[in-house]
Amino acid sequence: MEKLIEILKKYNADVDYYTNEHLIDEELLDSFDIISIVADIDNEFDVEITAKDIIPENFNSAEKLYDLIKRLS
Amino acid sequence: MVKNILEYLEKNEKKNPEKTIFEDENNSITYKEFKDTAKLIGSNINSKIKKEKKSIVIFMEKSIECLVAMMGVVYSGNFYTVIDTKSPKERIKMICDKLEPEMIITDDKNNQKIKEMEELKNIYLYSDLQLEELEEEKLIQIRKNMIDTDLIYVLFTSGSTGEPKGIAVSHRSVLTYISSVVEIFKFDKNTIFGNQTPFYFSMSVLDIFSTIMAGARLVIIPKKYFSFPVKLLEYINEKNINTIYWVPSALCIVANLKAFEAIKPKTLKKVLFAGETMPVKQLNEWRKNVKALYANLYGPTEVTDICTYYILDREFKENESIPIGKACDNCNVFILKHDGTESTKGELCVRGSFLASGYYKDKEKTNKVFVQNPLNKNYPEKIYKTGDIVKINENGEIVYVSRKDFQIKHMGYRIELGEIEKNVNSIQGITLGVCVYDEKTSRIILFYQSKKLEKNELHKILKEKLLPYMVPNEMIKLNVFPYNQNGKIDRKLLKNNFIKGEYK
Repeated sequence: MEKLIEILKKYNADVDYYTNEHLIDEELLDSFDIISIVADIDNEFDVEITAKDIIPENFNSAEKLYDLIKRLS
Repeated sequence: MVKNILEYLEKNEKKNPEKTIFEDENNSITYKEFKDTAKLIGSNINSKIKKEKKSIVIFMEKSIECLVAMMGVVYSGNFYTVIDTKSPKERIKMICDKLEPEMIITDDKNNQKIKEMEELKNIYLYSDLQLEELEEEKLIQIRKNMIDTDLIYVLFTSGSTGEPKGIAVSHRSVLTYISSVVEIFKFDKNTIFGNQTPFYFSMSVLDIFSTIMAGARLVIIPKKYFSFPVKLLEYINEKNINTIYWVPSALCIVANLKAFEAIKPKTLKKVLFAGETMPVKQLNEWRKNVKALYANLYGPTEVTDICTYYILDREFKENESIPIGKACDNCNVFILKHDGTESTKGELCVRGSFLASGYYKDKEKTNKVFVQNPLNKNYPEKIYKTGDIVKINENGEIVYVSRKDFQIKHMGYRIELGEIEKNVNSIQGITLGVCVYDEKTSRIILFYQSKKLEKNELHKILKEKLLPYMVPNEMIKLNVFPYNQNGKIDRKLLKNNFIKGEYK
């Protein structure tokens, strides 16, 4: 989880990723950031996030995103 | 005779008042509501500033309200500039210094940012411009005073020095340009556009004004969907979007993330693109999955939007370039060599009513690129020099080679960076490659994105494909490319970051 939060902090450092559940709805992560984050995660966690998993629901909180990584690895 | 874009709006409103003209994620507006609100706003603007042919800035996000405000400004007899609400304050200030707007229209959401800039005056809320009653007589009078060479908008591009350049465009240019594209691509009342490009970017001119002229419908696609490609394709299906005109980067996201494996767009009939080179690999992915008309459009903001187009009529291999084709109807293009004579390779020049009126309050920059046609010695005739190097291929089609400033002099050789990129992008395993040139150290730098290929392997392949002096001196693997505000790859940022040593 810490590794994931490290990644997210690169794109927006002013967010409490442990509590926030509206990263997309509140536009805290920009649209092109998502593509970069996916690439970073693919690299760092050695998983492949495919298009069907790249949906707002999986990116609205760090926890949701971490669940996705766990499912894929 | 049609002198003003509003005449098309009014004609189509009369035919089909209850039809939806614009739609965004949460709302939609009919032709009648749109016309009525724009008129009301136009009338309110007039009663506040009592002036015509002046600059009015719109500081609102992409929305139905923003479109109403744009046409409201036109009803008031003035011209608009839409500013990106995400712009740094410094840029907003530079644009307003140049325009000295009579009015800035904003909304509750963006009011704070504008208010913080004390030097900006005459700020009005969109909602406050609907309070006074409509003065129909006044609007009729304003329309009578307008002619087709009056400005409709001023669009700002970044300019190489960072100082924004304001490109002033008249009703005549928009009318001529839109008539031409509506005919070429057969836009009609059944067309439903899925808009991607921002309203402060010239490509949106096609979407917005073709909609108005053809009596069509435009759906604004929320920006966030461009990072969630499956959602994006679902949205296209849900809204029955049949025509898109996007930057290649937006098309590439869908192809690169393999969104077609999850869902196929069912309603798309026309896929148009412009703004940067479309990589063949990703285009082929689209063509394989979506049967539609595909067209590559080309043109700078200085000719309103585009001046040439190519409708894809054959298959392309990954090492081929997609032509930019031929000139649009009622527009003429030709190629000039350095010495000002015509040629089959050189700088593309444009002639005709598509040409913008020039750069706002910048005579010097205007005179550099809007010049007398060197092939015509007999009467005054302006051409626009695009700064783009093109050539004619064996089919007689125009092919884009590179920006004039992409053409570099390296180790004594004249090299097109676009040529290197084309070769890189044809390599198996490369998602995308982009080249920049660092003049100070005379090095060609290749940025590339790839799942498999490491530097040394790529270097080996490139040595076989390219002439020795064209092989990049430095190769940098990126996870992803940075994009600029229009959704294009940000080459300037890549270069600056490299010079700053950020990729070390």
